[in-house]
Amino acid sequence: MVASLIPTEDEVMLRDAARGFLQESSPVTAFRANRDAGRTHDPALWKEMAQMGWTGVLLPEDAGGSEMGHRAAGILSEEMGEVLAASPFISTAVMAATALRGAANDRLAGIADGSSIYAIAVDEGPKHAPARTGMTAEKSGNAFKLSGRKVFVADGASANRVLVLARTGGSVGEAEGLTLFDIDADRAGLTRNAKHTVDERDHAQLDFDAVEATGDDVVGEVDGGMAALHTALNAGQAALSAELLGVSAGAFGMTTGYLKERKQFGRTIGSFQALQHRAAHLFAEIEITSSAIANAGRMMDEDAENADIAVSIAKARATQTAKLAVSEGVQMHGGIGMTDEFDMGFFMKRARVGAEWLGDYGYHAARVAAARGF
Amino acid sequence: MSSFSDDLDQFRSEVSAFIAEKCPQKLKDMPSSERSICWGGKRFTFSCDEQRIWMENAAAVGLTAPRWPTEYGGAGLNRAQEKVFREEMAKAKAPSPLESFGLWMLGPALLAFGTHEQKLKYLPDITNGRIRWCQGYSEPGAGSDLASVQTRAEDKGDHWVVNGSKIWTSYADKADWIFALVRTDKDAPKHKGISFMLIDMEAEGVSTKPIKLISGTSVFCETFFDNVVVPKTDEEGNSRIVGELNRGWDVAKHLLTHEREMIGGGGSGAASGVLGGRSLGAFIDTLDETIMDDPVVRSQTMELEIDTLAMSMTMERYKDMAKQGGVGHASAMLKYSGTELNKRRYELLMSITGSEGVEWDGEHGSLAPEWLRTKANSIEGGTSEVMLDILSKRVLELPSS
Repeated sequence: MVASLIPTEDEVMLRDAARGFLQESSPVTAFRANRDAGRTHDPALWKEMAQMGWTGVLLPEDAGGSEMGHRAAGILSEEMGEVLAASPFISTAVMAATALRGAANDRLAGIADGSSIYAIAVDEGPKHAPARTGMTAEKSGNAFKLSGRKVFVADGASANRVLVLARTGGSVGEAEGLTLFDIDADRAGLTRNAKHTVDERDHAQLDFDAVEATGDDVVGEVDGGMAALHTALNAGQAALSAELLGVSAGAFGMTTGYLKERKQFGRTIGSFQALQHRAAHLFAEIEITSSAIANAGRMMDEDAENADIAVSIAKARATQTAKLAVSEGVQMHGGIGMTDEFDMGFFMKRARVGAEWLGDYGYHAARVAAARGF
Repeated sequence: MSSFSDDLDQFRSEVSAFIAEKCPQKLKDMPSSERSICWGGKRFTFSCDEQRIWMENAAAVGLTAPRWPTEYGGAGLNRAQEKVFREEMAKAKAPSPLESFGLWMLGPALLAFGTHEQKLKYLPDITNGRIRWCQGYSEPGAGSDLASVQTRAEDKGDHWVVNGSKIWTSYADKADWIFALVRTDKDAPKHKGISFMLIDMEAEGVSTKPIKLISGTSVFCETFFDNVVVPKTDEEGNSRIVGELNRGWDVAKHLLTHEREMIGGGGSGAASGVLGGRSLGAFIDTLDETIMDDPVVRSQTMELEIDTLAMSMTMERYKDMAKQGGVGHASAMLKYSGTELNKRRYELLMSITGSEGVEWDGEHGSLAPEWLRTKANSIEGGTSEVMLDILSKRVLELPSS
């Protein structure tokens, strides 16, 4: 049982500050401008986030962080989701910061000051499955040679560092025998291909052709990469769930706004019971999901070792709720919801990508079932 | 009356010692069922002597109504203390010493709208389990449209004469008194002419008739009022009307919000009945082991497990929000989502138990009647559709035209 799910005073202040900043610096119009200019994120926005200390949200103070914790990271992610602010926050400030917690302070300092942008390269097929890693890290002396392909690597094209999971032992399907490496992104033999995805964000395919890594690049233990990565993945999943809740809230806010102003048949359409009930049902789903998001953040802060089920409930719920929010959003807007000129489509496309990244509904439902003993 | 410590840790050890000493072991060992609920009242038959002893012991220190002020028979606990009390009860497997519509509905109404004298007169009888109350709201012609109640109370100077009928009055045939919505001004707009009246079920002209439900049980009754004389004031000079005359709708609305939170809570994680607090998965594990090999059953179970856990987190969150200043009309969300979820869970339970589940009293005990009973969850206390209306209009502020 975690502490109360209602926000503390500090969390309320953090949310207000984040909302104020994002509405000013990164409204949905900014996302549209980036999209039109072919930019997957805005480096200037990332710099500002670093200045405000968001990059250090999970880092200890002696590494330049503020150590506000995972619930706080979730609040920031949620606010970013609501305005579709594109940044490498989850990859870098949440996942890499968690995976590298034990590492030397100079690596963490790069995250804190915003100079390091990390990509987390795990998956090799169309579904999230860390244990299915087939990429090899062949040992030669004190060094490793990494060969294989990673797909759907978020922030993979714009990152300057990569955390990559490769097999040093065992066989495909086993969680053992995996090792996590922290390498710079321009190392010889690493080819990065940006993929143009529907959410217009940075997702890349990374091809490793005998990329050299040393023992210093290993995060955690050789063959014990999942131990190092597990909490980081949970942290990322919790933050991504929060982002998806924000996406849901953003789409829902647009929808209720539209219901209050659009007129047909001489009436405001929000007065039609058919639409009222769809909106009210969606409100209920968002409320329930937001409890799961707060719970996941609290569990990560208070008992990260046992947070699997909390995180997976959050990701499963957030995935379903976001899907409902965006499809209802388009439906209740009618024709205009289908147009590129209107923002609803952006929410729909981000929700689809977020549904897949770091494990889809089925992946997380299976983790809940395992934790509940069936 | 009560002398519990304000210090939470100290309180925990006091209340835990109290439960250990004052709640008979036999009750702690008894599985919870309809029969194990202690309702109290003049006509109540205790299922065993220990049930009576536990009720009296708890009532003696106000713990049948933990949050009510001590002067009215409660224990005067704050929310944090109450939570600790419930936790210690659960830990000791002690059943609730007393349940009743008096505790759930009339008490909160009197505390919010009653006079000091009314509270002194009625509340201690509730906390001591002496008087059992029932609720007279719905009528054959006033269901979702509750404000159109037609049961009328005619002003005859020093008394009222009540005529009409109520429906869905739970346990009316076992209750001593009824709190009812009656029309005291037939010319006023429909919300403005209703009063919240207290009527003795033993009065001449009151009769009840149980209604048999599809689940085979008959908890609900029809209650008839045939020229029932209700004195305007009792011997002590207390009015039989709670709140102002013709303003009973305010009291009713207040109580409905209360009721919604309660019914919504019934659909959350700690479901009783055949699950007895177990996860769906754990229950299914007790069945034929091949059941979970069916991918459809497995997938539905996973989805319901996720939704159930998220719902119970939401109940907790809303309880904490209530502490901080209230949830208002958003409580309609708990009622809507909690009851719809409970129906889905029971559909799944029926599906996985297959032909065994359809027996009235087979291997899975009361599963079939419980399943059928859940269908009323999204009707009683305001239908799901009324809840969605409340959310649309009051929370989302969507226009009415």
